[in-house]
Formats: sequence, structure tokens, C-alpha cells
Amino acid sequence: MDLRFGESEPTDEERAAVDALLGPPASSWEGAHERTDGDLRWARGGREARDRRDLLLPGLHAVNDRVGWISEGALAYLCRRLTVPPAEAYGVATFYAMFAMKPRPRKVVHVCTDLACMARGAAALRAGVEERLGSPGGDSDGVTWQEAPCLGLCERAPAALVVRAGPGGPEDTRSADADQATATADGAGAPPYTTAVVAPATAESVVSGAQAPDDAPAEPSAGFAVPQAGQPGLTLLRRVGVVDPRSLDDYRRHGGYAALRRAFAMGPARVIREVTDAGLVGRGGAAFPTGRKWGATAAQPDHPHYLVCNADESEPGTFKDRVLMEGDPYSLVEAMTIAGYAVGAHKGYLYLRGEYPRSLTLLTHAIGQARARGLLGDDVLGQGYAFDIEVRRGAGAYICGEETALFNSIEGRRGEPRSKPPFPVEEGLFGKPTAENNVETLVNVLPILQEGAEHFASIGGGLSTGPKLFCVSGSVGRPGVYELPFGATLGELLDLAQASPRARAVLLGGAAGGFVRPDERNIPLTFEGTREAGTTLGSGVVLVLDDTVALPRVLLRIAEFFRDESCGQCVPCRIGTVRQEEALRRIEGRTGAAAADDVALLREVGRAMRDASICGLGQTAWNAVESAIDRLGAYS
Amino acid sequence: MTAVPLGPPRRLVEFTLDGEPARVPEGATILDACRAAGKDVPTLCEGDTLTPKNACRVCVVEVEGGRTLAPACSRRAEPGMEVHTGTERARHSRKVVLELLASATDLSTTPRAAEWLEEYGADPMRYGPEAARLGEEPKVDNDLYVRDYDKCIQCYKCVDACGDQWQNSFAISIAGRGFDARVSTEHDAPLTDSACVYCGNCIEVCPTGALSFKSEFDMREAGTWQESAQTRTTTVCAYCGVGCNVTLHVQDNEIVKVTSPHDNPVTHGNLCIKGRFGYQHVQQR
Repeated sequence: MDLRFGESEPTDEERAAVDALLGPPASSWEGAHERTDGDLRWARGGREARDRRDLLLPGLHAVNDRVGWISEGALAYLCRRLTVPPAEAYGVATFYAMFAMKPRPRKVVHVCTDLACMARGAAALRAGVEERLGSPGGDSDGVTWQEAPCLGLCERAPAALVVRAGPGGPEDTRSADADQATATADGAGAPPYTTAVVAPATAESVVSGAQAPDDAPAEPSAGFAVPQAGQPGLTLLRRVGVVDPRSLDDYRRHGGYAALRRAFAMGPARVIREVTDAGLVGRGGAAFPTGRKWGATAAQPDHPHYLVCNADESEPGTFKDRVLMEGDPYSLVEAMTIAGYAVGAHKGYLYLRGEYPRSLTLLTHAIGQARARGLLGDDVLGQGYAFDIEVRRGAGAYICGEETALFNSIEGRRGEPRSKPPFPVEEGLFGKPTAENNVETLVNVLPILQEGAEHFASIGGGLSTGPKLFCVSGSVGRPGVYELPFGATLGELLDLAQASPRARAVLLGGAAGGFVRPDERNIPLTFEGTREAGTTLGSGVVLVLDDTVALPRVLLRIAEFFRDESCGQCVPCRIGTVRQEEALRRIEGRTGAAAADDVALLREVGRAMRDASICGLGQTAWNAVESAIDRLGAYS
Repeated sequence: MTAVPLGPPRRLVEFTLDGEPARVPEGATILDACRAAGKDVPTLCEGDTLTPKNACRVCVVEVEGGRTLAPACSRRAEPGMEVHTGTERARHSRKVVLELLASATDLSTTPRAAEWLEEYGADPMRYGPEAARLGEEPKVDNDLYVRDYDKCIQCYKCVDACGDQWQNSFAISIAGRGFDARVSTEHDAPLTDSACVYCGNCIEVCPTGALSFKSEFDMREAGTWQESAQTRTTTVCAYCGVGCNVTLHVQDNEIVKVTSPHDNPVTHGNLCIKGRFGYQHVQQR
């Protein structure tokens, strides 16, 4: 490839940010300042560098984390280092909401305006922030702010996330040469990279957090998000709020790594059988049998196999995976090791959404500890099995939670879904057989191995066996993550969470899910039960809305969300989500005959989106609106 | 050497297409089968020289047992499959897809668009006068070709032709996301500052006329473009020894555009800047 990188040069700070990730350039072909005699004789880079395309996204993060935005010079330098065409890299960088391609202040505030926060006063928060910091995207004394989709902090809504760019960001610590590179970095004097979560937020606390993120009050521990914390009878949440998430010893004292030992004693085939017999199905929303996925991956003749953990939890109202990762990070590391062992993978990728800084810190720490103690690496537990985990950060794209879009994102391409077939178990990450599982799904494997498939399968029944996590937020007295055995009803969960007596609607499954009435208390919270009731369990979102927020406003927010998050690849979703939003905007204050034409239009567009879109995003973009019209009588 | 590529014989796949038995070679798509059976399935992003991207979704058909509709252009025929191309469900999606495209994009130079809109009863006007459109101005930044992205349906064909499927120049990519996504060079720089080599292979595959010769663009602006008055003559490019086929489109004894036959087994419709744009000497009289 004869690539053209343009004339733009990176600043010293940008160069240092990229070098901290990739190490110093080996030759002037890769962007070194000085051209040596050797460079005139040998051209290195090429294919070898191109095989590192998957470092494009971490590279973009490195620059964005350091400087706050990505300049032409920085992008050109990164492209030169990785032999990536600048047009493609530009396409990738502009895909993600957290990256800026124009200069902006180092301090960026993401103010959540999504559903759970809406139910807890996000509109007032947004107005207050605008009053103090000016309109979104502006510059107020070195601070800029933007509206954000759900930040996954729903139990503490309304929420905001502050990111201050500077040296020492997460990608700085990746390379062995990092210390050397950062030592020589320019931008010394700039305060270090930091993040601060402000939740529950007021306009004042957002502004003070943005101005001085170092002084922002510390977040409460993950146990705060689990009202049942410490109660007997919990399985998935039993360690959350109980163990120290930084201590491997504490994890082991509470039963950690017993399941991995058991897995090694059983062998991969029996592990898969056990998971199959337990009836475990995917908890990310699609409910695909995990054992079948693992079996199919393990059986592929092509190698290497990969394991991918989907921790890109972005469905509005969902925060269970965050609570698991922040409260019990080692359980995910252990579960990934077991899954990797079962499917014959030696490398696992953990794709974490970019808006979860604390999960990133804790997981990175946990993986490092596990590696240091021989629980990851060339010889896990002395069993001769090699497995390691690499964390990759998303950068603000809901679509990357779609399994094949996630592969593209890791590979350094635009996070657009691939068409299936071929399925990931045949051709997944880097075109190799891949098992991809949600965080909660993986963590379920531990009790299956420890207590046996039979016990797991005895909880609930049919397609829905085992314990299930629910993310309860909105107008409830005790929001948080709840663990209930499959088979509990909506009413039981609403009572536990002390749902407001003024509740008017309950959204199940998030923006891609559907509304039910609060009086439909008998709906069993199982995959079959919700389907029979004409709704969906999705990722376990139970979002309660009372009469303080107008339903048409909520529907409009859902439509805005899908319009923003559509990747733009296929026509029904790219344009359909825009037309859906326009129609909902037109009828926001209308009912009956005045809305009938647009409701009919919505039905037609919705049907085409559901039938003809490439992936689940477009296929479900109309679900919630449809259910609100049919079930709650919106606009009638 | 033969002009017909000979591969190993392929097994035939038998399935049902609109109730009739159909047999196609293994690996063939539903669209291949439809065309062999003389069925007219609309396509936009499908290209005979490119790997299907199935982005436009205008070719969707109903496959029995499928939760959603399937794109005929890329779904391979499988034994025993039952495919319906003309069901109400499939036609509804095609109608809405065409409507959505026409409501946001200028389809005036898209071959057959008007015919399909009528056939499927699509009414792009019903999304109202306020419906968001692409709202792009033509990009005229060089003497050879124009990028009029108001006509772009983002089929990815130009990106694929510029990238690893043919030219390996990688001058363009899709940038942005969702409705704001556009075909773009890095930082939306003019073509003259990009990696473009002006092979024009993107124009060759563009299904809507968003990419066109500057000569065609200017004549359309002036109202002098008359496709019916043009002749097409396929000849051999005189520049180098490869011997690519060029098809000269001539109006009023002037070459107005150059294409290349897609069925040429060597070049598959691709040319370089000389074959595509280097015809001025012919006209110096």
C-alpha cells in the first residue's frame, strides 16, 4: 500500500501520547523525526504494522485522553505508525461520540439526559448546566459539556461524567516503554487525566466537579447499588458490597477460583456439557443458549479461537454489568478464564464501554493481580493452559454492543454490524471462531460449576433457568440491581424496589424493549413469560415512570436515542429512525384523530425497520413506541 | 487463454423460489437465482464487480422460517430453502425503503428509481415538507469528476472500489454516523489533497449518479445532456500494453464520458486515469 499521510505534523504532546501506547517509532518510515542511513536502505513497517490495526482505537483514545481532541497531525501520525489509510482512520474516529475532531477544552462533561435520569429530573439538571456553562459544545472557562445517552448510573440518577484530558490516561500504561515515553512528554505541567462521576447530580455539583474533578466527592462503593447486598440467598451478587474489589485474597476467601479449579478437573468438554445442561442462556438480551455457542466455537477446526466478553453495556437503564464489574471484578476474570478454557481460546478480549472509568480501573487492576499470581498467563494455575485477557475500551457507540459491530470496533474499523451468516462462532473476531458473551452470562458460569448444572436448572424452568439480575430505576424508592430467581413476577420486583404508587408505565428491556402497565403485576419475569405477555425481558431493565414526565416526551427521547446511535449502514434504520423522530415530534402534543395519520406512518416505517434492518438496533428501534401506543394508549 | 473463467464444477443447490423449483450452483445468491428465473428484484447497492454490502435493503425477500427479511443480493441459496420474492411483507419493506431514500436523497439520476417508486406505490412526500434531507452541495474540486452527495445513498460501492476490493487507494471512507454519515476523505479535505488517483473507478460503480464526470455534470447543468443521442463504442485503450477496454460515450461527435465493460475478465470495468479521463487528444482537431 502506498499511503498518503499529508503534511500535518503532530505536536510533541500528541506524539508522546501515541508513543506511550505504541512505543517509539522504529524508523522514519513509521514517523520518527530523524531519518537514519538505515532508513534509506530498508523500509520497515508495512504488513507488520498493518497487523496492528486493532491498536487504532486505543491510539485514538490515547490522543483524545491526552489532548482532549484529535488533530489532523495526530491522526496522520497514528496512521503512519499503524499503516492505516487516513481516510479510514477519520471514518473510525468520527464514528464515536467521545472523540472530537475539532479543538475543545480539556474538561468535558457528559450530562445524561436519558430515560432513567429523565424520570429523576434530568431536564432541570440540563437547564441548570446550560445556564451555568452555556450551550452544549461551547467553552466556559476551560469546560465544555454535551448531552449523553444513558451513562449506566441509573441508581444514582440524574448523573454526569466529567473527563479531564491530560497525561497518564488509561492507554499510557499499556506499553512497556510507557514510562520512558511519558517521562519525555511535553505537556508537563498539564494536570493528569482524570475522571469524576457526579451522581446524583445538581447543576452546582456538575459545575464544581467539572472545574475541579480532582476534588469531586468519591463515588459510593458498588454495594450501594445493590439494595439486597449482604443478604443470604444471593448467587451472582453475593460478593458485591461484601468483598474488597481490589483484593484477590478477599475474593479467594469468598469462594473465588474454586470454579476454575473445578473446570480444570472436568476438562473443556464437560464444562460445556455442564453449562448446556444448566440451561444457561445469554443475558444480554438475545437469550441464546450459552452451551451451544461454546460447543460450536470449540468444535471449529480453524484456529486460534477467541473469547470476547461484551461489557459494552449501553442499553438505556442497564447498569447490572457495571455493578458486577465494580463490585466483584475477579469473578469476571475467573469466568472469562473458564470460558476461554472451554472454547479453546488463549486470548480473551474484554470490550468495556468507554463511559465506565471505575470498571476500567478495577478490571485492569484485577487482571494485573491475576496475572501476577499465575491465574492468567502462560500456565494458568499450573495446569499448562495459557490464557490472558486484554481490555479494550469503547468510545461512545451503543451499536458496538451488537456482537459483530463489537468485533469491527476491536479490529480498528467502524463499529458497523456485519451481516450474518457467517456467525461469530465460525468467523468472528479477526475472522476466527469466537465465543462472545455478556458479563452477567459469564458470571453465571461460576455457580453452575460450583453447585452443579442440576441445581442451576432447578431454579426457574424452560428457557429461563438460574438467577437473573434486574436493573430497577426511575420512580422507585430503592433503585438498584436486584437478583431474583427466574419465575418472580413484575409485581414482586416492583414491591421490593418500592415503586411509586403514582407509577404510570414500566419500561422492560430498555429502549429496545417495551412498555407495560404498572398493574400488569403478574407478568412472570422470564423469557417465556414476557414473550407470552407480548413484551420482552431484554437486558433486565425495569424502569418505572410516574406522571411527572409526559409519556410523549419519553418516547421522543427514545427516538432521539436511536437516531443518534444508528450506525447509518442500512437505509431502513439510517433514515427510518429520523422519520420516526420527526413524526413523534409532530404529534407530541396531539391525540386521537389529530395524531392518527402519523401513528399510521410510524407503524409502516416501524414495520420496515423491524423487517429489513441489518441488526437488532434497527429491528427494535420501534418496539418501545409501538408498545406505548398499543398498551398504554399513547396519543389516543 | 480463455475469456470465460473456468472453475471446478460446482454442485447445484435446489430450493423453492416463489413456489417453483430453482437450481443454482452452490454459492450462488438468491438474487442470482431470481435473475436466472427472469424475476426483476430491485437493487441499488449490489454491484456485479463488488462483494455485496447489502446496505440498501431494497432487494429484501422473505425466506420461510426467518425472523426478518433477507437481502437477496448476499444471502446464499441453501438446499430446501423456501423463498418468496413478492409477498406483501417483502413489498412493504421495499416500498418504505424506496420512500425513505427518495425523501432524503435526490434520486433524479438514479436509473429505474422512478419506475420502482411507482411500481411499489411509494410516496416520499408523505413524510412532510419538513422531512430532513441530506442537503449537500455538489463538490467540484477538480477538473475530472464531481461528487454530488445530495444524490448519495451510501451504498459503500465507491468506498469498496477505492479500497481493498479494487483500487487500493483508500482515498475515501464513510465518516460520521447515522443520518450524518457521509462519504468523505480524511477531514473532508478536497480530493486534490487526498490520496485520490483519479482512476474514476468509483464513478463506474456509483448507482445514483452522485459521482459523475465533470463533463456530464456540466452538460446536465446546462441542460444539454442527452443520453438518447449518445452512441457507445467499445474499443481498446491506446495508452499502455494492458489493453483495457474503454467504452466511449459520444454525443455530437464529442466524447462525454468513458466507462469500461464490467464483464471484461481482466479489468472488470476498472481503468486508470489515462483510460478514464485522458481522451482530450482525440478531440483536438
